[in-house]
Amino acid sequence: MNWTLATPEILLALAGLLALAGGVMPKKETFFPVSMAVIGAFVLTAVLVLGQGEGTAFAGQYVSDAFSRFAKVLILLGAALGLVLALDFNEKAGIGRFEYAVLMLFATLGMMVMVSANDLMSLYIGLELLSLSLYVIAAFDRDNPRSAEAGLKYFVLGALASGLLLYGASLVYGFAGTTNFDRIADALSGDVPAGVGLIVGLVFVLAGLCFKISAVPFHMWTPDVYEGAPTPVTAFFATAPKVAAIALLMRVLAGPFADVAAQWQQVIWVASVGSMLLGAFAAIGQRNIKRLMAYSSIGHVGYALMGLAVASDSGLRGVLVYMAIYMVTSVGTFAVLVAMRRNGRALEQVDDLAGIGRTDPAMAMWMAVFMFSMAGIPPLAGFFGKLYVFLAAVQGGYWVLAAVGIGTSVVATYYYLRIIKVMYFDAGTAPLDARPAGLTVVMSATGLLTVLFFLFPAPIIAAAQAAVAALLG
Amino acid sequence: MLAIGLAHYLTVGAVLFVLGILGIFLNRKNIIVILMSVELILLSVNLNLVAFSARLNDLTGQIFAMLILTVAAAEAAIGLAIVVIHYRNRGTIEVDDVSTLKG
Repeated sequence: MNWTLATPEILLALAGLLALAGGVMPKKETFFPVSMAVIGAFVLTAVLVLGQGEGTAFAGQYVSDAFSRFAKVLILLGAALGLVLALDFNEKAGIGRFEYAVLMLFATLGMMVMVSANDLMSLYIGLELLSLSLYVIAAFDRDNPRSAEAGLKYFVLGALASGLLLYGASLVYGFAGTTNFDRIADALSGDVPAGVGLIVGLVFVLAGLCFKISAVPFHMWTPDVYEGAPTPVTAFFATAPKVAAIALLMRVLAGPFADVAAQWQQVIWVASVGSMLLGAFAAIGQRNIKRLMAYSSIGHVGYALMGLAVASDSGLRGVLVYMAIYMVTSVGTFAVLVAMRRNGRALEQVDDLAGIGRTDPAMAMWMAVFMFSMAGIPPLAGFFGKLYVFLAAVQGGYWVLAAVGIGTSVVATYYYLRIIKVMYFDAGTAPLDARPAGLTVVMSATGLLTVLFFLFPAPIIAAAQAAVAALLG
Repeated sequence: MLAIGLAHYLTVGAVLFVLGILGIFLNRKNIIVILMSVELILLSVNLNLVAFSARLNDLTGQIFAMLILTVAAAEAAIGLAIVVIHYRNRGTIEVDDVSTLKG
């Protein structure tokens, strides 16, 4: 058995156990040192992932290819930046406990197992390791009723989603006779049309996964959980797990179920159009900026699903590029939201940004960059993300998808521009508190990536192309 | 005598599954009932898997069922812990009171 293939995951799991032990040994609180150790473990794992071989291990449960490497590097980057955002915020909010870093580590481990899954069982275990960690992190500010309620809602709907996914998995197992992705593909590739049982199972699995990426019509938990959870937790929710769940969806649909594409394309088409429309229109009236970002993230998932609905080579590549760009922009935006603090109190209303164009020009500039990028204004990175999926949709003849996408982009621009207008043209009250250096570093780094993407898109496009080739190969 | 076949097990599984889903959506009373409904859904899945496993003469389904049992225990523990912190904050576990966040 070729277990050395999974070295990055095994190392990360061991690091998690060590961090757990190291966190409880000293008498005093160990949030900062444990967080630093976890970030170090993420970096080390990313290095190992880059040098990871290809093939399957654990009797076909685990697969490593260019696709899993691409997704894992993104996930590890998102998780490491997400933990940096939490360092100062958690101390000030009184939730600076080392368990936070350990839970982030196990959530990341779950995501890595997810994107490397080659069997319904490893898919389920990875997804649950992620979900169980996220339920706890959402309720991490346990003395705050809003955080507890966010955790409760996320738990109930997440458990329901797992139930749907499992029911679908049991039907797929029963009617295909196997849980292994390669052999499900074999079972579906014959001349006999796929049975109803298998298609029903596929739809249930899709419903479960759509919950995790918060695509319409399974989005209802997103605004409440994003608003109630502490801001660094929301930042984490909006980045790495989204990338992992979209990657998993691509792996499942383009792998074992590639031969029934006509069946799932309709489902993804509906989810994509619904998400784009809801993301554009429901965010308009929001006053709470975390809630606004929740609707914005639903909209972005809709754009990413557009590429998946096209299901062509260029469409899938577009999804990967889109998610990479979305994740970087999102981390930057949330770095600004985490930095919103006045007289020691965390702020989360859009109007609280008023006047920072004068009092904090650097932060206002980065926020403007992120908002323009999310709206898709050239030459920022967000424009290219949208360009690739729209191009794939037009090339594939999906005119309705492309038209809805362009229409909703225009509508969504309204609320992104409103934030910029509030920052630069509304009269502010007092300046925000000085922000910690970590947040400045994160927002400048992600901001520079967003601005300068158009100068060096080739390596990222090439990596996404290799990933898609491995997925379809 | 009527032989109990795969279809019967699948029907029971489907009934349990629908009961679980309805239990989550129609229940307006108590969060503990939601946790019980979640367990009911997982139970229906296990029943399906074991029935298919017996029919296919393949052990994979039973291994999957054991994994689900284990994860379900962890999930129940986390769910109850979250219900406890919610109760500490709000002093109630009525479903209708879980409504601070909306808009």
